[in-house]
Amino acid sequence: MADHAATAHEHPNYVKIWAILLGLLCISIAGPFLGIKVVTLITAFGIAIVKAYMVAKNFMHLNIERQYVVYLILTMLVFVLLFFAGTSPDVMKWQGDNWVKPKVEQASSHVTHHDAAHHAE
Amino acid sequence: MRPIANTRSSAGMPTGRLAVWWVVASEIVIFGGLLASYVMQRLAHPEWTTQTAVTNVWIGGFNTFVLLTSSLSAVLAHQAAEHGDGKKAAKLLYYTCGGAVTFICVKAFEWTTEIGHGYTLSSNTFWSFYYTAAGIHALHVIGGGIIMLFVAADAKKNLELHRVELIGIYWHFVDIVWIFLFPLLYIAK
Repeated sequence: MADHAATAHEHPNYVKIWAILLGLLCISIAGPFLGIKVVTLITAFGIAIVKAYMVAKNFMHLNIERQYVVYLILTMLVFVLLFFAGTSPDVMKWQGDNWVKPKVEQASSHVTHHDAAHHAE
Repeated sequence: MRPIANTRSSAGMPTGRLAVWWVVASEIVIFGGLLASYVMQRLAHPEWTTQTAVTNVWIGGFNTFVLLTSSLSAVLAHQAAEHGDGKKAAKLLYYTCGGAVTFICVKAFEWTTEIGHGYTLSSNTFWSFYYTAAGIHALHVIGGGIIMLFVAADAKKNLELHRVELIGIYWHFVDIVWIFLFPLLYIAK
């Protein structure tokens, strides 16, 4: 029963936390109606982070879980960020030092030919 | 009464819980990689606005409500299990399963409408991401719901009550994934 003792803990008011989560959901839905891009980004992703934190802390009980579990989760998130940092330049940029995307090259060469033909006329 | 946690433990916690955290850690990389790929593609393709405008924020919002509520019943089931009330835990887990069924039914309705309008997996890269991310998530909802039925059946007989917490951790993670999918696919148009 030692494990039982280790698992038993004070429970927060889950219904209250759920109500706050629903309030945040309403704000994230209402945000885009203001039509301000920055506000939409904050109400969409800022609130998503807050909601995820609240669920992880209160429902998954990460706040009272062994510390190494938190480090394990954070390490995985760092891996995702590393993946993003490593690959996003290839995806989001059309050219860089000594490289250019073939599709862009074709498109630009098409434009160049078109311009040349236009000038020739 | 059977013990709430199993007697085997490693690394300072019951092995079952440790295993679930490993599953969650692995899933973070799977979903994280997928969502990170979507974000970088979305930022590189502002012309996707015409496609993202099609998704229905009210349907996505309703499904978020359903999953948040199912998470509430899952954590209340965990609380009941800790108090040794297997019947109450089972009842609350069945409510969570009801949430899973509702979520999938809404998703089926949504996808049927979208596919009916010609937006399929191969329409363009946005829809490929949309169906892949939401589809993998939906599979997790279905899988979690089925496992929960088994856990609830045991809990009803006051057996293996520690599993109520384990399926709860998994379910909350599925909820968190949707918390990020919702703004990405439905709000940030």
